[in-house]
Amino acid sequence: MKKWQCLVCGFIYEETEGLPDEGIEAGTKWNDIPDDWACPDCGVSKSDFEMVDITDVA
Amino acid sequence: MLIKPTIIVGTGLAGYTLAREFRKLDKQSPITILTADDGSVYSKPILSNALAKGITANNIATSDANQMADQLNASILTKTDVTAINPQQNIIYTVNSDKTQQELQYSNLVLAVGADQIQLPLEGNASDETISVNDLADYAIFRKRIEGAKKIAIIGGGLIGCEFANDLCSSGLEVQVIERTKLPLLNLLPEAASETLHSALMQIGVEWHLLKSVTTISRNGSKFELSLSTTDSNETTVINEIDLVLSAVGLRPRTALTNACGIKANRGIVVDQYLRTNISNIYALGDCAEINGLVLPYVLPLMNSARALAKTLAKQETKVTYPAMPIVIKTPAHPVVILPPPPDLEGQWQSTNTDSGTRSLYIDKNNNMRGFALTGNATKERNALIKEIPTLLD
Repeated sequence: MKKWQCLVCGFIYEETEGLPDEGIEAGTKWNDIPDDWACPDCGVSKSDFEMVDITDVA
Repeated sequence: MLIKPTIIVGTGLAGYTLAREFRKLDKQSPITILTADDGSVYSKPILSNALAKGITANNIATSDANQMADQLNASILTKTDVTAINPQQNIIYTVNSDKTQQELQYSNLVLAVGADQIQLPLEGNASDETISVNDLADYAIFRKRIEGAKKIAIIGGGLIGCEFANDLCSSGLEVQVIERTKLPLLNLLPEAASETLHSALMQIGVEWHLLKSVTTISRNGSKFELSLSTTDSNETTVINEIDLVLSAVGLRPRTALTNACGIKANRGIVVDQYLRTNISNIYALGDCAEINGLVLPYVLPLMNSARALAKTLAKQETKVTYPAMPIVIKTPAHPVVILPPPPDLEGQWQSTNTDSGTRSLYIDKNNNMRGFALTGNATKERNALIKEIPTLLD
Protein backbone atom coordinates (compact mmCIF):
# COMPACT_ATOMS: atom_id res chain seq x y z
CA MET A 1 0.00 0.00 0.00
CA LYS A 2 1.30 3.42 -0.91
CA LYS A 3 1.00 7.01 0.24
CA TRP A 4 0.47 9.80 -2.23
CA GLN A 5 0.84 13.54 -1.79
CA CYS A 6 -0.97 16.28 -3.68
CA LEU A 7 1.53 18.50 -5.45
CA VAL A 8 -0.56 21.59 -4.90
CA CYS A 9 -1.44 21.53 -1.24
CA GLY A 10 0.42 18.68 0.38
CA PHE A 11 -2.66 16.58 1.14
CA ILE A 12 -1.70 12.97 1.78
CA TYR A 13 -3.74 10.04 0.51
CA GLU A 14 -2.97 6.77 2.23
CA GLU A 15 -4.16 3.75 0.31
CA THR A 16 -4.42 1.69 3.49
CA GLU A 17 -6.84 4.18 5.00
CA GLY A 18 -8.74 5.30 1.92
CA LEU A 19 -11.20 8.17 2.42
CA PRO A 20 -14.26 6.45 3.88
CA ASP A 21 -15.97 9.84 4.40
CA GLU A 22 -15.90 10.36 0.64
CA GLY A 23 -16.98 6.86 -0.22
CA ILE A 24 -13.46 5.64 -0.99
CA GLU A 25 -12.93 2.43 0.90
CA ALA A 26 -9.84 1.65 2.89
CA GLY A 27 -7.36 -0.16 0.67
CA THR A 28 -8.36 1.64 -2.55
CA LYS A 29 -5.34 2.06 -4.80
CA TRP A 30 -4.64 5.50 -6.25
CA ASN A 31 -5.11 4.04 -9.72
CA ASP A 32 -8.59 2.89 -8.83
CA ILE A 33 -9.84 6.29 -7.68
CA PRO A 34 -12.21 7.76 -10.28
CA ASP A 35 -10.88 10.51 -12.54
CA ASP A 36 -13.49 12.99 -11.37
CA TRP A 37 -12.20 12.76 -7.80
CA ALA A 38 -10.85 16.04 -6.44
CA CYS A 39 -8.35 16.62 -3.67
CA PRO A 40 -10.41 17.35 -0.55
CA ASP A 41 -8.04 20.09 0.58
CA CYS A 42 -7.46 22.10 -2.58
CA GLY A 43 -10.02 20.87 -5.08
CA VAL A 44 -7.64 20.00 -7.91
CA SER A 45 -8.81 17.06 -9.93
CA LYS A 46 -7.00 13.77 -10.25
CA SER A 47 -6.27 14.39 -13.93
CA ASP A 48 -4.87 17.88 -13.32
CA PHE A 49 -2.24 16.99 -10.85
CA GLU A 50 -0.44 13.75 -10.47
CA MET A 51 -0.03 12.83 -6.89
CA VAL A 52 3.57 12.01 -6.03
CA ASP A 53 4.43 8.74 -4.41
CA ILE A 54 5.94 9.54 -1.03
CA THR A 55 5.90 6.01 0.32
CA ASP A 56 9.67 5.88 0.59
CA VAL A 57 10.22 9.15 2.35
CA ALA A 58 7.28 9.15 4.72
CA MET B 1 0.68 42.08 -36.53
CA LEU B 2 2.14 40.44 -33.45
CA ILE B 3 -0.47 39.53 -30.88
CA LYS B 4 0.35 40.99 -27.50
CA PRO B 5 0.58 38.34 -24.81
CA THR B 6 -1.30 37.97 -21.60
CA ILE B 7 1.38 38.71 -19.01
CA ILE B 8 1.20 36.97 -15.65
CA VAL B 9 3.46 38.32 -12.92
CA GLY B 10 4.33 35.55 -10.47
CA THR B 11 4.98 31.81 -10.69
CA GLY B 12 3.50 30.78 -7.38
CA LEU B 13 0.44 28.61 -7.16
CA ALA B 14 -1.71 31.52 -8.42
CA GLY B 15 0.30 32.37 -11.53
CA TYR B 16 0.94 28.80 -12.65
CA THR B 17 -2.59 27.61 -11.91
CA LEU B 18 -4.03 30.47 -13.94
CA ALA B 19 -1.74 29.65 -16.88
CA ARG B 20 -2.63 25.98 -16.71
CA GLU B 21 -6.37 26.63 -16.52
CA PHE B 22 -6.15 29.17 -19.36
CA ARG B 23 -4.33 26.66 -21.57
CA LYS B 24 -7.18 24.20 -21.15
CA LEU B 25 -9.44 26.76 -22.83
CA ASP B 26 -7.05 28.43 -25.25
CA LYS B 27 -4.09 26.51 -26.69
CA GLN B 28 -2.66 29.31 -28.82
CA SER B 29 -2.86 32.84 -27.44
CA PRO B 30 0.56 33.89 -26.21
CA ILE B 31 1.31 33.89 -22.50
CA THR B 32 4.36 35.43 -20.87
CA ILE B 33 5.04 34.70 -17.22
CA LEU B 34 7.48 36.71 -15.15
CA THR B 35 9.01 35.67 -11.87
CA ALA B 36 11.49 37.22 -9.46
CA ASP B 37 12.78 33.75 -8.54
CA ASP B 38 13.76 30.76 -10.68
CA GLY B 39 10.23 29.70 -11.58
CA SER B 40 10.35 26.27 -9.92
CA VAL B 41 7.02 24.66 -9.16
CA TYR B 42 6.51 23.62 -5.59
CA SER B 43 3.76 23.27 -3.03
CA LYS B 44 4.06 26.12 -0.56
CA PRO B 45 1.88 24.47 2.09
CA ILE B 46 4.39 21.61 2.30
CA LEU B 47 7.12 23.93 3.56
CA SER B 48 5.77 23.88 7.11
CA ASN B 49 5.40 20.09 7.07
CA ALA B 50 8.39 18.77 5.16
CA LEU B 51 10.89 18.17 7.94
CA ALA B 52 9.05 15.46 9.86
CA LYS B 53 8.15 13.79 6.57
CA GLY B 54 11.81 13.54 5.69
CA ILE B 55 11.46 15.74 2.61
CA THR B 56 14.54 17.88 1.88
CA ALA B 57 14.54 21.37 0.39
CA ASN B 58 16.00 19.90 -2.81
CA ASN B 59 13.15 17.50 -3.49
CA ILE B 60 10.25 19.89 -2.89
CA ALA B 61 10.36 21.45 -6.37
CA THR B 62 8.68 19.23 -8.94
CA SER B 63 9.37 21.07 -12.22
CA ASP B 64 11.62 23.90 -13.30
CA ALA B 65 10.86 26.95 -15.42
CA ASN B 66 11.93 25.27 -18.69
CA GLN B 67 9.65 22.31 -18.12
CA MET B 68 6.80 24.66 -17.28
CA ALA B 69 7.41 26.78 -20.38
CA ASP B 70 7.10 23.62 -22.50
CA GLN B 71 4.10 22.31 -20.66
CA LEU B 72 2.23 25.63 -20.77
CA ASN B 73 3.41 26.73 -24.20
CA ALA B 74 4.43 29.98 -22.50
CA SER B 75 7.43 32.19 -22.35
CA ILE B 76 8.79 32.35 -18.80
CA LEU B 77 11.21 35.08 -17.77
CA THR B 78 12.95 34.15 -14.51
CA LYS B 79 14.88 36.39 -12.08
CA THR B 80 12.89 39.29 -13.45
CA ASP B 81 11.31 42.08 -11.45
CA VAL B 82 8.59 44.41 -12.65
CA THR B 83 9.65 47.97 -11.90
CA ALA B 84 6.65 49.91 -13.22
CA ILE B 85 3.39 49.63 -15.10
CA ASN B 86 2.14 52.04 -17.74
CA PRO B 87 -1.57 51.27 -17.98
CA GLN B 88 -2.22 53.94 -20.65
CA GLN B 89 0.01 52.13 -23.13
CA ASN B 90 -0.36 48.60 -21.75
CA ILE B 91 3.35 48.30 -21.03
CA ILE B 92 5.29 46.93 -18.10
CA TYR B 93 8.92 47.71 -17.39
CA THR B 94 11.17 44.97 -16.09
CA VAL B 95 14.72 44.42 -14.94
CA ASN B 96 16.40 41.05 -14.58
CA SER B 97 19.30 39.84 -12.47
CA ASP B 98 21.81 40.89 -15.16
CA LYS B 99 20.38 44.42 -14.88
CA THR B 100 18.91 44.11 -18.37
CA GLN B 101 15.86 46.34 -18.70
CA GLN B 102 12.92 45.52 -20.91
CA GLU B 103 9.60 46.99 -21.95
CA LEU B 104 6.87 44.43 -22.51
CA GLN B 105 3.47 45.06 -24.05
CA TYR B 106 0.48 43.16 -22.76
CA SER B 107 -3.07 42.52 -23.83
CA ASN B 108 -4.05 41.56 -20.30
CA LEU B 109 -1.90 41.88 -17.19
CA VAL B 110 -2.40 39.63 -14.19
CA LEU B 111 -0.71 40.45 -10.90
CA ALA B 112 -0.16 37.23 -8.98
CA VAL B 113 2.67 38.58 -6.89
CA GLY B 114 1.78 37.03 -3.53
CA ALA B 115 2.36 38.39 -0.07
CA ASP B 116 5.29 39.23 2.18
CA GLN B 117 5.83 37.92 5.67
CA ILE B 118 5.29 40.76 8.10
CA GLN B 119 8.51 41.72 9.87
CA LEU B 120 8.05 43.08 13.38
CA PRO B 121 10.13 46.07 14.42
CA LEU B 122 12.46 44.61 17.06
CA GLU B 123 15.35 45.94 19.12
CA GLY B 124 18.74 44.37 19.74
CA ASN B 125 21.93 43.59 17.85
CA ALA B 126 20.41 40.47 16.27
CA SER B 127 16.97 41.82 15.47
CA ASP B 128 17.63 41.36 11.75
CA GLU B 129 18.76 37.75 12.13
CA THR B 130 15.30 36.21 12.39
CA ILE B 131 14.30 34.02 9.50
CA SER B 132 10.92 33.85 7.74
CA VAL B 133 9.92 31.10 5.35
CA ASN B 134 7.86 32.53 2.53
CA ASP B 135 9.21 30.64 -0.46
CA LEU B 136 11.37 27.70 -1.41
CA ALA B 137 14.60 29.72 -1.38
CA ASP B 138 13.86 30.86 2.19
CA TYR B 139 13.13 27.28 3.08
CA ALA B 140 16.49 26.05 1.80
CA ILE B 141 18.20 28.65 4.01
CA PHE B 142 16.05 27.63 6.95
CA ARG B 143 16.96 23.96 6.54
CA LYS B 144 20.66 24.82 6.46
CA ARG B 145 20.32 26.97 9.57
CA ILE B 146 18.62 24.23 11.60
CA GLU B 147 21.37 21.71 10.90
CA GLY B 148 22.87 21.02 14.30
CA ALA B 149 20.41 23.39 16.00
CA LYS B 150 18.68 22.36 19.23
CA LYS B 151 16.49 25.20 20.39
CA ILE B 152 14.17 27.14 18.11
CA ALA B 153 12.03 30.14 19.02
CA ILE B 154 9.01 30.85 16.85
CA ILE B 155 7.48 34.32 16.94
CA GLY B 156 3.76 34.00 16.31
CA GLY B 157 1.36 31.18 17.21
CA GLY B 158 -0.82 31.50 14.13
CA LEU B 159 -1.35 28.98 11.35
CA ILE B 160 2.22 28.91 10.09
CA GLY B 161 3.72 29.20 13.59
CA CYS B 162 1.70 26.22 14.84
CA GLU B 163 2.52 24.11 11.78
CA PHE B 164 6.23 24.79 12.09
CA ALA B 165 6.12 24.19 15.86
CA ASN B 166 4.60 20.76 15.26
CA ASP B 167 7.00 19.93 12.44
CA LEU B 168 10.14 20.99 14.31
CA CYS B 169 9.10 19.41 17.59
CA SER B 170 8.23 16.10 15.90
CA SER B 171 11.70 16.20 14.38
CA GLY B 172 13.35 16.30 17.78
CA LEU B 173 14.00 20.03 18.19
CA GLU B 174 13.11 22.03 21.29
CA VAL B 175 10.51 24.60 20.28
CA GLN B 176 9.27 27.67 22.11
CA VAL B 177 6.45 29.73 20.64
CA ILE B 178 5.86 33.36 21.57
CA GLU B 179 2.29 34.49 20.98
CA ARG B 180 0.82 37.83 22.01
CA THR B 181 -2.74 36.58 22.52
CA LYS B 182 -3.82 34.15 25.22
CA LEU B 183 -4.05 31.09 22.96
CA PRO B 184 -2.76 30.00 19.53
CA LEU B 185 -4.69 30.78 16.34
CA LEU B 186 -7.42 32.77 18.04
CA ASN B 187 -7.89 34.85 14.87
CA LEU B 188 -9.35 31.74 13.21
CA LEU B 189 -10.41 29.37 15.97
CA PRO B 190 -12.97 29.52 18.75
CA GLU B 191 -11.47 29.23 22.20
CA ALA B 192 -12.36 25.57 22.77
CA ALA B 193 -10.58 24.47 19.59
CA SER B 194 -7.65 26.72 20.31
CA GLU B 195 -7.30 25.25 23.79
CA THR B 196 -7.13 21.66 22.56
CA LEU B 197 -4.57 22.57 19.91
CA HIS B 198 -2.57 24.40 22.55
CA SER B 199 -2.47 21.41 24.90
CA ALA B 200 -1.87 18.86 22.12
CA LEU B 201 1.19 20.79 20.96
CA MET B 202 2.31 21.18 24.58
CA GLN B 203 2.08 17.41 24.97
CA ILE B 204 4.51 16.79 22.14
CA GLY B 205 6.89 19.24 23.82
CA VAL B 206 6.13 22.72 22.48
CA GLU B 207 6.75 25.35 25.15
CA TRP B 208 4.36 28.29 24.97
CA HIS B 209 4.95 31.92 25.95
CA LEU B 210 1.41 33.23 25.69
CA LEU B 211 0.35 36.85 26.16
CA LYS B 212 3.95 37.78 25.38
CA SER B 213 5.68 39.77 22.65
CA VAL B 214 9.32 39.75 21.64
CA THR B 215 10.95 43.13 22.16
CA THR B 216 14.66 42.43 21.80
CA ILE B 217 16.84 39.83 20.11
CA SER B 218 20.53 39.84 21.03
CA ARG B 219 23.36 37.63 20.02
CA ASN B 220 25.31 35.88 22.75
CA GLY B 221 28.17 34.00 21.08
CA SER B 222 26.57 31.59 18.66
CA LYS B 223 23.20 31.74 20.46
CA PHE B 224 20.36 34.22 20.63
CA GLU B 225 18.73 35.73 23.67
CA LEU B 226 15.16 37.05 23.44
CA SER B 227 13.47 39.50 25.80
CA LEU B 228 9.73 39.17 26.00
CA SER B 229 7.31 41.73 27.35
CA THR B 230 3.99 40.69 28.82
CA THR B 231 0.67 41.97 27.56
CA ASP B 232 -1.07 43.95 30.34
CA SER B 233 1.85 43.98 32.79
CA ASN B 234 5.40 45.20 33.18
CA GLU B 235 6.86 41.77 33.61
CA THR B 236 9.68 40.77 31.27
CA THR B 237 10.95 37.28 30.53
CA VAL B 238 14.23 36.29 28.96
CA ILE B 239 14.71 33.13 26.96
CA ASN B 240 18.21 32.17 25.93
CA GLU B 241 20.44 29.58 24.28
CA ILE B 242 18.27 29.87 21.16
CA ASP B 243 19.86 28.65 17.92
CA LEU B 244 17.32 30.06 15.50
CA VAL B 245 14.45 32.54 15.61
CA LEU B 246 11.68 31.89 13.11
CA SER B 247 9.29 34.79 12.56
CA ALA B 248 5.76 33.84 11.49
CA VAL B 249 3.48 36.71 12.42
CA GLY B 250 1.37 36.91 9.29
CA LEU B 251 1.21 37.90 5.66
CA ARG B 252 0.84 41.26 3.98
CA PRO B 253 -0.30 41.33 0.34
CA ARG B 254 2.29 42.83 -2.00
CA THR B 255 0.82 46.04 -3.35
CA ALA B 256 3.98 48.08 -3.98
CA LEU B 257 3.61 48.08 -7.78
CA THR B 258 0.14 49.51 -7.71
CA ASN B 259 0.53 52.91 -6.06
CA ALA B 260 2.55 54.58 -8.78
CA CYS B 261 0.24 53.59 -11.63
CA GLY B 262 -3.13 54.23 -10.02
CA ILE B 263 -4.26 50.69 -9.26
CA LYS B 264 -6.35 50.78 -6.12
CA ALA B 265 -5.05 48.90 -3.11
CA ASN B 266 -6.45 48.57 0.34
CA ARG B 267 -5.24 45.63 2.42
CA GLY B 268 -4.60 43.88 -0.88
CA ILE B 269 -4.95 44.88 -4.53
CA VAL B 270 -8.63 45.72 -4.81
CA VAL B 271 -10.52 43.61 -7.35
CA ASP B 272 -14.13 42.75 -8.05
CA GLN B 273 -15.61 39.29 -8.46
CA TYR B 274 -14.14 39.16 -11.98
CA LEU B 275 -10.69 39.74 -10.44
CA ARG B 276 -10.59 43.14 -12.24
CA THR B 277 -8.71 46.04 -10.72
CA ASN B 278 -9.99 49.56 -11.27
CA ILE B 279 -7.81 49.76 -14.41
CA SER B 280 -8.94 47.98 -17.53
CA ASN B 281 -7.06 44.87 -18.62
CA ILE B 282 -5.31 44.59 -15.26
CA TYR B 283 -6.31 41.79 -12.88
CA ALA B 284 -5.05 40.51 -9.55
CA LEU B 285 -5.16 36.99 -8.17
CA GLY B 286 -4.10 35.00 -5.13
CA ASP B 287 -2.46 36.18 -1.93
CA CYS B 288 -1.97 39.74 -3.24
CA ALA B 289 -5.65 40.28 -4.05
CA GLU B 290 -8.54 41.63 -2.05
CA ILE B 291 -11.66 40.22 -3.69
CA ASN B 292 -14.87 42.00 -2.72
CA GLY B 293 -13.16 43.05 0.49
CA LEU B 294 -11.88 39.56 1.32
CA VAL B 295 -8.18 38.75 1.64
CA LEU B 296 -8.03 34.95 1.83
CA PRO B 297 -4.48 33.71 1.46
CA TYR B 298 -5.39 30.02 1.30
CA VAL B 299 -5.31 27.35 -1.38
CA LEU B 300 -9.02 26.93 -2.09
CA PRO B 301 -9.96 30.59 -2.69
CA LEU B 302 -6.93 30.86 -4.95
CA MET B 303 -7.87 27.79 -7.02
CA ASN B 304 -11.44 29.02 -7.43
CA SER B 305 -10.23 32.47 -8.46
CA ALA B 306 -7.70 31.09 -10.94
CA ARG B 307 -10.34 28.98 -12.67
CA ALA B 308 -12.77 31.89 -12.96
CA LEU B 309 -10.12 34.28 -14.25
CA ALA B 310 -8.87 31.73 -16.81
CA LYS B 311 -12.37 31.65 -18.28
CA THR B 312 -12.65 35.43 -18.29
CA LEU B 313 -9.31 35.74 -20.09
CA ALA B 314 -10.49 33.15 -22.60
CA LYS B 315 -13.39 35.53 -23.31
CA GLN B 316 -16.00 33.70 -21.23
CA GLU B 317 -16.61 36.33 -18.55
CA THR B 318 -16.89 34.42 -15.28
CA LYS B 319 -17.43 35.67 -11.75
CA VAL B 320 -15.48 33.90 -9.05
CA THR B 321 -17.74 32.13 -6.60
CA TYR B 322 -16.61 30.74 -3.31
CA PRO B 323 -18.15 27.52 -2.16
CA ALA B 324 -17.60 26.51 1.46
CA MET B 325 -13.82 26.47 1.65
CA PRO B 326 -12.35 24.77 4.68
CA ILE B 327 -8.85 25.62 5.84
CA VAL B 328 -6.76 22.66 6.90
CA ILE B 329 -4.19 23.29 9.58
CA LYS B 330 -1.47 20.71 9.24
CA THR B 331 -0.66 19.96 12.84
CA PRO B 332 -0.45 16.14 12.86
CA ALA B 333 -0.26 16.13 16.68
CA HIS B 334 -3.82 17.45 16.64
CA PRO B 335 -5.27 18.09 13.17
CA VAL B 336 -7.57 21.07 12.72
CA VAL B 337 -10.07 21.96 10.00
CA ILE B 338 -11.87 25.25 10.10
CA LEU B 339 -14.52 26.82 7.96
CA PRO B 340 -14.57 30.43 9.10
CA PRO B 341 -18.00 32.05 9.23
CA PRO B 342 -18.50 35.05 6.91
CA PRO B 343 -16.78 38.14 8.35
CA ASP B 344 -19.02 40.34 10.51
CA LEU B 345 -21.79 37.73 10.66
CA GLU B 346 -23.55 37.83 14.00
CA GLY B 347 -23.67 34.56 15.83
CA GLN B 348 -21.82 32.44 18.31
CA TRP B 349 -19.63 29.40 18.61
CA GLN B 350 -21.09 26.34 20.28
CA SER B 351 -18.43 23.84 21.24
CA THR B 352 -18.57 20.24 22.37
CA ASN B 353 -15.84 17.75 23.14
CA THR B 354 -15.50 14.57 21.09
CA ASP B 355 -13.43 11.44 21.89
CA SER B 356 -10.14 13.10 21.13
CA GLY B 357 -10.96 16.56 19.89
CA THR B 358 -13.55 19.30 19.71
CA ARG B 359 -16.43 20.21 17.47
CA SER B 360 -17.37 23.89 17.36
CA LEU B 361 -20.24 25.12 15.23
CA TYR B 362 -20.89 28.78 14.45
CA ILE B 363 -24.63 29.38 14.75
CA ASP B 364 -26.18 32.59 13.43
CA LYS B 365 -29.20 34.31 14.94
CA ASN B 366 -31.58 32.39 12.68
CA ASN B 367 -30.16 29.20 14.16
CA ASN B 368 -28.28 28.21 10.98
CA MET B 369 -24.79 26.78 11.08
CA ARG B 370 -22.48 29.16 9.17
CA GLY B 371 -19.04 27.87 10.05
CA PHE B 372 -17.20 25.20 11.97
CA ALA B 373 -13.94 24.32 13.64
CA LEU B 374 -13.06 20.67 14.11
CA THR B 375 -10.04 19.29 15.91
CA GLY B 376 -8.62 15.84 16.57
CA ASN B 377 -10.95 13.00 15.58
CA ALA B 378 -13.80 15.46 14.93
CA THR B 379 -12.04 16.47 11.68
CA LYS B 380 -13.63 13.38 10.12
CA GLU B 381 -17.00 15.17 10.26
CA ARG B 382 -15.83 17.82 7.83
CA ASN B 383 -17.49 16.56 4.67
CA ALA B 384 -20.82 15.91 6.34
CA LEU B 385 -20.85 19.44 7.79
CA ILE B 386 -19.76 21.21 4.61
CA LYS B 387 -22.92 20.06 2.88
CA GLU B 388 -24.99 22.06 5.36
CA ILE B 389 -23.13 25.35 4.82
CA PRO B 390 -24.21 28.03 2.32
CA THR B 391 -21.64 29.59 -0.03
CA LEU B 392 -19.54 32.54 1.05
CA LEU B 393 -19.54 34.48 -2.20
CA ASP B 394 -22.02 33.77 -4.96
